[in-house]
Amino acid sequence: MDNLIALLVAAPLLGAAVLLCGGRRLDAVGHWIGTVLAAASFVIGAVLFADMLGKDAEHRAVGQHLFSWIPVEGFQADVAFQLDQLSMTFVLLITGVGSLIHVYSIGYMEHDERRRRFFGYLNLFLAAMLLLVLADNYLLLYVGWEGVGLASYLLIGFWQHKPSAATAAKKAFLVNRVGDLGLSIAIMLMFTTFGTFAFGPVLEATGETGEGTLTAIGLMLLLAACGKSAQVPLQSWLGDAMEGPTPVSALIHAATMVTAGVYLIVRSGEIFNAAPDAQLVTTVVGAVTLLFGAIVGCAKDDIKKALAGSTMSQIGYMILAAGLGPIGYVFAIMHLVTHGFFKAGLFLGAGSVMHGMNDEVDMRRYGGLRKYMPVTFVTFGLGYLAIIGFPGLSGFFSKDKIIEAAFAKGGTEGWILGSVALLGAAVTAFYMTRVMLMTFFGEKRWQPDERGNEPHPHESPKSMTIPMVVLAFGSVFAGGFFGVGDRFVHWLEPVTEHTHGHPPIGATAVTLSTVTVMVVGVGLAYLLYGRRPVPAVAPRGSLLTRAARRDLLQDDFNHVVLVRGGEHLTRSLVYVDHTLVDGVVNGTAASMGGLSGRLRKLQNGYARSYAVSMFGGAALLIAATLLMRAV
Amino acid sequence: MSATAVHSLWTTAADPIQKIDAPNIEYGQLSPVLIVIGAAVVGILVEAFVPRKSRYHVQLFVSVVALAAAFAAVVGLAASGYGTTKAGIAAMGAVAVDGPALFLQGTILLAGVLGVFTFAERRLDPVAHGNRVDSFAAQAASVPGSDSEKAAVRAGFTTTEVFPLLLFAIGGMLVFPAANDLLTLFIALEVFSLPLYLLCAVARRKRLMSQEAAVKYFLLGAFASAFTLFGIALLYGYAGSVSYATVAQVVDGTVETVNPALAGTMGNDALLLIGAAMVVMGLLFKVGAVPFHMWTPDVYQGAPTPVTGFMAAATKVAAFGALLRLLYVVLPGLRWDWRPVMMGVAVVTMLGGAIVAITQTDIKRLLAYSSIAHAGFILAGVIATTPDGVSSVLFYLAAYSFVTIGAFAVVTLVRDAGGEATHLSKWAGLGRRSPLVAAVFAVFLLAFAGIPLTSGFAGKFAVFKAAAEGGASALVVVGVVSSAIAAFFYIRVIVLMFFSEPRPEGPTVAVPSPLTMTAIAVGVAVTLVLGVAPQYFLDLAGQAGVFVR
Repeated sequence: MDNLIALLVAAPLLGAAVLLCGGRRLDAVGHWIGTVLAAASFVIGAVLFADMLGKDAEHRAVGQHLFSWIPVEGFQADVAFQLDQLSMTFVLLITGVGSLIHVYSIGYMEHDERRRRFFGYLNLFLAAMLLLVLADNYLLLYVGWEGVGLASYLLIGFWQHKPSAATAAKKAFLVNRVGDLGLSIAIMLMFTTFGTFAFGPVLEATGETGEGTLTAIGLMLLLAACGKSAQVPLQSWLGDAMEGPTPVSALIHAATMVTAGVYLIVRSGEIFNAAPDAQLVTTVVGAVTLLFGAIVGCAKDDIKKALAGSTMSQIGYMILAAGLGPIGYVFAIMHLVTHGFFKAGLFLGAGSVMHGMNDEVDMRRYGGLRKYMPVTFVTFGLGYLAIIGFPGLSGFFSKDKIIEAAFAKGGTEGWILGSVALLGAAVTAFYMTRVMLMTFFGEKRWQPDERGNEPHPHESPKSMTIPMVVLAFGSVFAGGFFGVGDRFVHWLEPVTEHTHGHPPIGATAVTLSTVTVMVVGVGLAYLLYGRRPVPAVAPRGSLLTRAARRDLLQDDFNHVVLVRGGEHLTRSLVYVDHTLVDGVVNGTAASMGGLSGRLRKLQNGYARSYAVSMFGGAALLIAATLLMRAV
Repeated sequence: MSATAVHSLWTTAADPIQKIDAPNIEYGQLSPVLIVIGAAVVGILVEAFVPRKSRYHVQLFVSVVALAAAFAAVVGLAASGYGTTKAGIAAMGAVAVDGPALFLQGTILLAGVLGVFTFAERRLDPVAHGNRVDSFAAQAASVPGSDSEKAAVRAGFTTTEVFPLLLFAIGGMLVFPAANDLLTLFIALEVFSLPLYLLCAVARRKRLMSQEAAVKYFLLGAFASAFTLFGIALLYGYAGSVSYATVAQVVDGTVETVNPALAGTMGNDALLLIGAAMVVMGLLFKVGAVPFHMWTPDVYQGAPTPVTGFMAAATKVAAFGALLRLLYVVLPGLRWDWRPVMMGVAVVTMLGGAIVAITQTDIKRLLAYSSIAHAGFILAGVIATTPDGVSSVLFYLAAYSFVTIGAFAVVTLVRDAGGEATHLSKWAGLGRRSPLVAAVFAVFLLAFAGIPLTSGFAGKFAVFKAAAEGGASALVVVGVVSSAIAAFFYIRVIVLMFFSEPRPEGPTVAVPSPLTMTAIAVGVAVTLVLGVAPQYFLDLAGQAGVFVR
């Protein structure tokens, strides 16, 4: 049974290889191959899950050793998998949501002539992501980490004929490099400290290691997580990544890949537990990002960018929870899973709206769509209720627990983090209500585009609506299923360990305040967007609104500090390179050439000179030999 | 009977009842040499008795069969343990049969086979008067440009004597690394040198240049031989014997019996040091080490290219074999004297070869300077004075000889109206016109440069590693710097071939017969195999790396 683990990765990898190497012959069936192999991976995952449930909690973690990858004395790296409850959670999420989005893409990408390639990339993503969560050591995890980065790059830039898409792909790639650098440094530090990469030995050895080293490793891991999960200060790529096809945004940039950072931190829990400073920084990053993303989400008129801001914000919650330590790990993962359902559903809903609206993304051109696309409206609406934390739906259970845990951290920190998380919940309710109202309610505001095509909103085909319906079920029930009776806590506890937190104001009080701020947020949004007509052109807005529209000036900041600074640095380095380094190199080359020219004159073609040279050489040889004896 | 006893036979003639033993010759162990020399004699008879029309085919057949048989004999000897456990000294102490000898003999014989193939190539030059012609003069004795030369060309003569000459040279080369006394060493030197001088002189085109090269080679070679011979005399004066074993014992001080006739000179260290330096100098001349290298570019350029290829590969193998045996068997007791001197030679050889090669414009001269630089690299392995040093040198020699023969074989293909187009400017854009030939040549150049996945890298790595472990790290630094300099001119040729515009009246690439094709293909195959999977051959060289004393 354990030998099935490799098949999880192998199935989509096979799909990617076949689809990307198969050529045009497979154009007609490519999307089916990709979907079937993704589904196969899900089925294998389900079988392994059933097998896992049959064992007691302590014996559920299994492994599979494939082969010795780099067997060098003192440097042993294996290709080996580890499937425990944490990995299993991810496997089901990735393959489940992944398969649904494959199905959705069949309809969504129907008219794209490069659909086969698209499915190849999607399969490549699945394989890499599964490798990431199944690896039993950091080096193999790094392979998957880079693999998902590659797939993300390829898919953001899938419509590479659009300069904006190509630029966005490049931006995502470059920003991610910064994070990847953190991960590679962390891995090197681990190797020099522990002499191994494997999770087991590294995490067991944290007890005997200095806190300074562990803090350094933790901060580097956090940097990696910031890059992959779009957390401040490496958040700038996610908004632009919405240039990719919407199924990609749903799968990679909402449900799975961007949560890899959370996985990394939770997986490395022992390191963070032993490094309180790194934990503190993690919570700060999470808290800042959850507000940052939420504020950006309030100001965006582009439906996908609003959702991207929301993703950033929700992952901020997860990072915050992961930074809290054993009181938060389980809830970080729980929110990750519920978020995977409702955010993927929301993105698919957005894609469905765009599909019916000639790819229009500006919400100011929507309005009143509930009549035209009822299924989309209902599924999107359920996702909306889930994300704002409407009591009883998925988001309510997971988010409430995170806010509770933040308060439970204790002391001033606990109060600050808890309040920020609570404020975030209010803003979330506000911007999501805004999206909902602008899209599905009010008067219709669409107009003919530049070519004079009037959109004719219509419901999307079955292949698209069915995945949305399935995800809506998840959005509604997953949280309750996990939360009631602490089922999810018991499930993950053997891996992540769990301490029950005691918030200073009591769990019921936290829940009540969460619901209250949610209602306030919804009400405010209703007053602003539900009660009065939405202008077709955005008003100028306050200073904060304008800044938020520009992503809180993130790109301006990066441009001034990093790009300008970098340019100055490279210019000075180029100067040094040209004058000093090239000078030395060219000087050496020139002097060698000159020397060569002079030496070859000795080769004058006369046998007599050659003989003299030999005679002189022999004399020297003899003299030198005698001299050696003399000294 | 030991060598000293043989010797006293001649000096104490007064003893009337001294019995003369018939020399005991181990024909089996000497069979590789005997086969080759015998075939050479047969070749001479072929020249005398076989009709002119069939000589070429008969000679080719005799040569290939003899070399193959000799190679089989070498393999047989090695397989029956003569390379390791049964290693011994044959022919009354004159010839050693041991690992290094057999390994190098095998290498020389394989190089010889490929050499015969390139010698026998008859499709590159256009057909003259209805006859296919090879790289050699119609009639070597005719004056260039004279009527008799024209008559010989018209008559379709060819110099098929090159085959027996080649076999004689190979015979001498087989003995050279196996020679176990100084006289055998000298005789082997002359046996393989004289045919080479002749072979250099018999080019079909640019005959004056070819003859000039041969005369220079001969004059300088004779000059070097004189040093060697004088050195041998001095060593005899020092040790009272020419046998390697005895000289070594005297150097070590383990033999105290003084030959009464040499009482005045025996044990005189000045004789030892001067004699050793002079013998070594003769060998350094043959390997082309600076400052005894000056013949190399002129001879490589002037000689017929197949001869150059063979000579560059096989001479180096034989001479380095002899040098190794001399330094490791005869003079190990002197190593603190010769090591620093040889280090100096290695340094100037590596740097000199690499630097002067930068400004060369003729491909054959370029390869000549490259061979000088390589002699320096191999010397670095020789200087290691460890078992690894021996085996790394053996490996390097085997790798290098195949690259060299292959590279020169490619040079014979690139031709214009005047024969081979050896000026580098004519090679511009060759990669566009004949991608396969250019790619093959690029492989050889990369191997010369020591780029990984070619045999050149494995060899260079082995010798540098041995040198570093043998305490000659400085030499390794110089070696790496020289390699970097050398890489410049190798890569420059590649750039020239692939990234320059072809010239309108550039050379054409001739389609060779299967003979040359085989030589080139074997060269490429060995280069890549030794580069990708060198371990088996390194192990083989490691097993063969022990000299018998």
